[in-house]
This record gives sequence, structure tokens and C-alpha cells, in this order.
Amino acid sequence: MSLLSVENLVVRHGLLQAVRGVSFTVQRGETLALVGANGAGKTTLLRAIAGAHQPAAGRVLLDGADLTSVPSHRRVGMGIALVPEGRKLFVQMTVEENLLLGKTAGRPGDWSVDKVLEMFPNLKPRRHAKTGHLSGGEQQATAIGRALMSNPDVLLLDEVSLGLSPLIVDRVYAALQGLIVSGTTIILVEQDLNRALSVSNRVICMLEGRVALEGPSKAVSRDDVTKAYFGLHRKSPGSVPA
Amino acid sequence: MSNQIIQGILLGGYYALIACGLSFMFSVMRIINLAHGSLAVFAAFALWWLASRFHISPFLGLLIVLPLMAAIGWALQRFLLERSARGGALLPILTTFGLAIVIDNMLFEQFGADTRSLAPYIGSLSYDSWEWPGSIYVGKLAVIMFATAVILLGGLQLFLTRTRLGRSIRATSEDPDTAGLVGVDARRANAIAAAIAMVTVGLAGAFLGMRATFDPYAGAPQLLFAFEAAVIGGAGSLWGTLIGGIVLALAQTLGAQVHPQGFLIGGHAVFLVVLFVRLSTSGLGLRGLLRLPSRSAP
Amino acid sequence: MSAASTSPVIERGTTTSRIAAIAVAVIIALLAIAPQFLSAGAVDRMTALFIYVILAAMWNALAGFGGLVSVGQQVFFGLGAYFAIRLADAGLNPFASLFVSAVIVGLVSWPLSLFMLRLRNGEFAIGMWVIAALTHLLVNLDRLVQGETGTSLISLNVYDAGTRRAVIYWLALASMTALLAILFGLLRGSTGAAIRAIRDNEDAAASVGVRVTGTKRLLFVLAAFGIGIAGALWLATSITFQPKTYFNVQWTAYMIFMVLVGGIGTFEGAILGALVFFLIETWFGGTGVWYLVGLGATAVLFSLFLPRGLWGTVEERFGLRLLPVGYRVRLPGNAPADEGTAPSLERTTLDQEKA
Repeated sequence: MSLLSVENLVVRHGLLQAVRGVSFTVQRGETLALVGANGAGKTTLLRAIAGAHQPAAGRVLLDGADLTSVPSHRRVGMGIALVPEGRKLFVQMTVEENLLLGKTAGRPGDWSVDKVLEMFPNLKPRRHAKTGHLSGGEQQATAIGRALMSNPDVLLLDEVSLGLSPLIVDRVYAALQGLIVSGTTIILVEQDLNRALSVSNRVICMLEGRVALEGPSKAVSRDDVTKAYFGLHRKSPGSVPA
Repeated sequence: MSNQIIQGILLGGYYALIACGLSFMFSVMRIINLAHGSLAVFAAFALWWLASRFHISPFLGLLIVLPLMAAIGWALQRFLLERSARGGALLPILTTFGLAIVIDNMLFEQFGADTRSLAPYIGSLSYDSWEWPGSIYVGKLAVIMFATAVILLGGLQLFLTRTRLGRSIRATSEDPDTAGLVGVDARRANAIAAAIAMVTVGLAGAFLGMRATFDPYAGAPQLLFAFEAAVIGGAGSLWGTLIGGIVLALAQTLGAQVHPQGFLIGGHAVFLVVLFVRLSTSGLGLRGLLRLPSRSAP
Repeated sequence: MSAASTSPVIERGTTTSRIAAIAVAVIIALLAIAPQFLSAGAVDRMTALFIYVILAAMWNALAGFGGLVSVGQQVFFGLGAYFAIRLADAGLNPFASLFVSAVIVGLVSWPLSLFMLRLRNGEFAIGMWVIAALTHLLVNLDRLVQGETGTSLISLNVYDAGTRRAVIYWLALASMTALLAILFGLLRGSTGAAIRAIRDNEDAAASVGVRVTGTKRLLFVLAAFGIGIAGALWLATSITFQPKTYFNVQWTAYMIFMVLVGGIGTFEGAILGALVFFLIETWFGGTGVWYLVGLGATAVLFSLFLPRGLWGTVEERFGLRLLPVGYRVRLPGNAPADEGTAPSLERTTLDQEKA
């Protein structure tokens, strides 16, 4: 049975339909990359899986259990953790306090403050610094560490490389590689197509709230994804613009 | 004169007590509870009722009234403020103002217009004093009040920085949405914060009743004192509240020296002066005068 | 397809609103001649109603349109009465002093606004209360007022009771009509667009160049002036001036009740709220404390369950607009899309979600 499945999910922001009937499943240990242009609905989709948005229709299932009416804080307890876009750290609190907050749900596991600091050695000297004073890379590391502290089964990463220098991005992805090897299930949103394809097992390209393309990362060509990204694949016969 | 200054500083402890719940609730829920003063007076009446009807000493009565206040705080958040805050930042002002009117007039209906005091029920404590060097007499009650304020503020500070629940409350106050995403039950954190705030209100009500008199409509001035102390000291920490309380009390003491009506005028005036100076020296007014107590510099 | 049936129609008035405009004119005319037919007591009550309408409309202008919730508006009510006493004592005709007093209140509120408008939400609300408390204490220091003992507008006694009653009635009616007309004009004019923009989203309004502070200041001063008139008129009807009565927060409680029940942020709502309050006071005012408990409880319930108030709810449900202050777009075959008349206390909650 798949670990996480999303069924015909529809999410609205007021009158705007950001996610329009998306379905997919993720197997345990799999890494799924979500790509798509700005406004394609990737962030909204991740936030709906994490419980930050109530869907207008459809379901999210974890291990076969329906999560639709479960509030976000309880989903963390069930094993879903989101590293939100823009990091969303508690800037008035220290690195350590942010990490400890990740433990609130109390899931058993071996992640600890020390282990996170080991994974991101650059955080060690900043342990007691307020996160508002950190560099972008340090903030991103703290945000990932905070999510890991809840010992998640499914880790949702929203644009973790945004605003970081290439060097730092390499470092972040090196850390992620360790997680992937250790068998953590990951859904990540990534703007860098090459990186997204190289790190993941499977890729979904979203366009205007819908799944435009889905396939194994090794099998899809960069060209296919680019076409789906810009909606060029719709030129197939019989399709009529709405 | 130094005697008066010491009395003023000790009175500041009372203002810090009544202010800390107001600024605590504001910092966590972003709500200024206009029923704050009325709830303090309610607690004072509850203690008075226990003492006069069942001969329960007000100090023992706190064992009943403080849990009651905590329950009221929890219910207030769950049933009124949570719903009202969804309508924006302005609606809770109206909700809590309406609540204050209900509480004041229910107290009037129940207890009449007479002024009451808890002083008769605390024995000699209400007038006993210690002699300090320089033939300065300080009331024991005033010292206890000040010490309570210091312990309460220190305890809150420790609670917010050192405990998991305290961190959850701070996270919720900073960003409730993200707090949910890291596993914090923001609704629960808010309800607990409201319960804690009401416990401090209960304590403040107890001291209000012991050191002075109160009547059903005494809530409004208490609210104003609390607000003034919180704003004057609002630059940062919970300790700022204590400083705000002391400044307010000293200004009132000074005002009373200048003119028989000057006690209250002095307090309001110093509040406005502080406000004016702060607004004209920084853009703070746009970002809010009251600050999160836990956001103090370490 | 013909353009006529598909293109949206932009309209201001509706048929209903044109009928309403005529009705308003008729009502004002009828009210103007009413003292001829009403008993002395009824004339006094009607005067009180006009004052309530002024209070509600002015508080609504501030809170409903300016987004400034104040619980200290009694300061202008008290000052309106106090300055009238002072002016009359200085020898000015008592009727003239009522209006000069209100002008002074408006002038005083200007410098006050420079200061107070920098406070936000709850801080502004309670800050105004501090201003009211301090002003009350300072007025008490005036020897003429004699502390809480108070004084009277003695010079009004030169007129006989009948003339006095009728003149005050007409003054109250005229003040109410004029203030409502000013407010209506403001809301319909170019300032109205700014006001609605601020009401809906202050930050967005500022970012597209709406003069937020200037517009708020205008509303603040207008509200002060209007409530000043109300205070002066109240003084004229009751003659005696006791600071405690006039600087009582109860006045603001009444304003909040009227506007919340009627419909915050709707022009008609404040008037409806004043009518409701007037009737409740007439029927239950005698029950004393329970009446006040009821007012407070009603305000709480409306804020929780019907924050748009009676008129706001009616407007939303039926698309009814009697006195249109905005524009609206009517799509063919659709219900009219409301354009900026939805009262939104939510304007301070920013939606930061990303699509």
C-alpha cells in the first residue's frame, strides 16, 4: 500500500482555484519532485497535504487513513512534516528553541538537537542565536532540522534552495541525500529542473493547478518536462483551449 | 519624600500585576481585552463573597478563585475571543467591551453599589508595617504585593523560555499558522495563555481588594492603569511591565503632591508624555506599542 | 450576441434607491412639522432619537469607514457640552454656543488626531479612553463646573419651555440631517472611494496612493465635531451639566451597540441601529441594570454571530441598497456583484497565502 495518497484534491483561495483535482500516490522511501511554473499550485498542494489549507474537495490519505479533517498539528504527530516556503522560522527564538519546537508532537525517533547540528555543522556556533539573525543557508538548515525533529515519515520540502547561493544549495542537497538514503519519504518542490530530476525517483509537473505530466525521473526527458511546464503538450489533437 | 517614593515604587508592583495579564494576552493573541479590569474586580468580589459569607480568608479563597479564573480564561478564549478574532483585529475590541458592560452590571445587580474591601478579612496585615532605616514605614501588604509581582513576572519569564509549553505559546504568538505546521496546537496554546493571563488577573483582583476599596464599576480604571503601565514599560520584557507600573505609580504619587485631584491626572499625563516621546522619536506607533514579553533581550 | 445583454452595467442608484431618496425628503419634511402635532414628551423623545442617530452615524464614520474603533468618544460628547457651558457663561447666546462649541471640539480634535491616529487597533481604542478620562478630570478642575457637582446652562432659561423645546427639536433635526448629508456626500465623493479602499485593505490602499492618514483624520475630526454637537444638544435638553454624566463611557457603549446592531460600515445601518436602540430604551430603559446587561450581551452576540449587523445582513441577502454610496456592477443574469459596501472588519487580516 502506498504511504501517502492524494485523491482528486481541490484547494481554493477564495474564488481562485489553486489546485484543481490532483491525484497521485507516493510509496514508502520514494522521493517525488514537484515542478511547475510559479502559481501552478505546488505550494498550495504541499500546504494542503500538511493541513495548512482545508481542501474544497478530495482527500489526503496517510497509510490508508483519511486526513482531510485532521488539523495540521495532529498531522505532524502522524508523521507529516513540512519545510515551508520562505522557511517561516520563529525569528524571535533561538536555533535550539526552533529545533525543540519540532519535537512538540512527540513522535518517537532518533532525531535530536545534537544530531541536527551534526548534519548541519554550520549551525553549531549559532545554536543560541535568534534565527532572525542567521544567514539564508543557516535559516534553511534550521527549517529542515526543525521538520526532522518531529521524526517524520513524509518530509515535504518547499523550495529549499530559494534565495541560497549555489554553494549552499549543494550543501543542503548533500544533507538531503543522506535522508533519502536512510529511507525517508520526500516530496520536494524545486525550481531547478536538473536538480529535481537527479534527486528524485519520480517527477510530477503541475500546470495551472493540474498534473500536466507524471513519470519516473529517469524515464522522462528534460524536453517533455519543459513542454509540460509551459503547457505546450496540450497541442495534442482534439484538445481545445477552454 | 523618600517615604512617598518607596510607597510609590511598591504601588507599582500592583500596577505590574494588573498589567502583565493584559500585555501577555496582547502579545500572544494580539487582543486587547477590554474586560480585563472588570474581570479583576469580579475576582475581588468572588474573594469578598467567600470571606463575608463563608469566612474563608482571601488568601485561602485564592485557592478557589484562581482555578476559577483560569477556567474563565480558557472559556473566554475558546468561546468568545477565538470566534471574534476570526472577524479581524477590531471585532474583539467590541466583543470584550460588551463583555465588560455585562460583567460590571451583573456585579452591580448582585452586590449593589456599595464599595467593598478585603482589608477587614486579612487581619492586621492591612495596616501592619515594617520600619526601615531612616524611620521609613513600609506596609507589609505593599511589600508582599511587590514581591508577588516580581515572583510572578520572573516565573512567567522562566515558563516562557524554559518549558515546552512556554515555547509553544511563544511560537503561536509569533506565527500561529507555522506553529501548527511544527506540531503545536495553536488553539490549545492560546487557551492556556488566556487561562494564565486570567490567573494573574485574579491575583491582581485580590490585591486590589486588600489594598483599597472596589465597587462594581471599578473595572474601567483598573483597565486604564493596566494599559498605561503596559505601554509605559512596553519597550521589551516582562520586566518592562514592572518598570511601567513603578513609573505610573510614582507619577500618581507626584501628582497627588501637587494637587488634591492630581493622583489620576499625574498617571494619565505621564502615560501621554511617554506615548508622545515614543511616537515622535520612532516609527513604533505603526508597529505597536505593546510588545511580546518573551521578546526581551537575553 | 448583442452587447447589451452581455456587458456588465455599472450603476449607482437603483429604482429602490430613487424611491428611497424621495422618501427621505418626505420624512424630513414630516419631521420638521411634527412638533405641531406631538405632545411635549414626544418632542423630547424625538430630540433624543435625533441625537442617537448623530452619535451612531459619527461612531460608524470612524469605526465602520475609518477602521478606527474608539471607546473614548465620550470625550467629544463631554467637551461639546462643556464648551457650550463656557461660551454661554462668557455671554454668547446659548443656542449659538451649542454650535460654536462643536466647532471648537472639531478644532481640538485636529491636533489630537496627529497624535492618536498613530496608534493601532486596540491601542487607539483604549488610548482614546485614557484621553476621555484625563479630559474629564481636567474639566472637573474648572471652578465654573465645581467638580462633580456640575453646573447648568442657565442662560437657556430666558426662553419659555415651549419655544425652547421646539427650537432644540429643530436644531437636533437640522444637525442630524446636515451631518448625515455631509457623511453621505463624503462617501459618494472621491473621498468615499478612498474610505472604502482603506476599509477593505489599509496597506493595499496606501500602496496605490490613497492618502490613508489624511482620510482617517477627516473622519476623526468629523466624528468629533458631530459628537460635540450631540453633547451640546444633550446639554440643551437636560440643562444641567455634570461631568460624570457626560464623560461617561456609557455614551460610547450606546454608540457601539447602535452601530453593531444596525450594521457596522453601512450608512443605513447606523440609522437603523439608533432606531432599534431608541425603541429598546423606550421599552426596557426602566429596568435599570438588566437593561444595561442586555445591551452588553446583545453587543457581544452581534459581534460573534452577526458582525455585519441587521442592515449588513439584509443588504447581503437581498442586494438591497437604499442610499447608495458606492458603485456596483450588475452582470447580466447574475446577482449584482457588491462593490465595496461589504463591511469588513477583516481588513486588518492579511491574506498571505500563496497560490
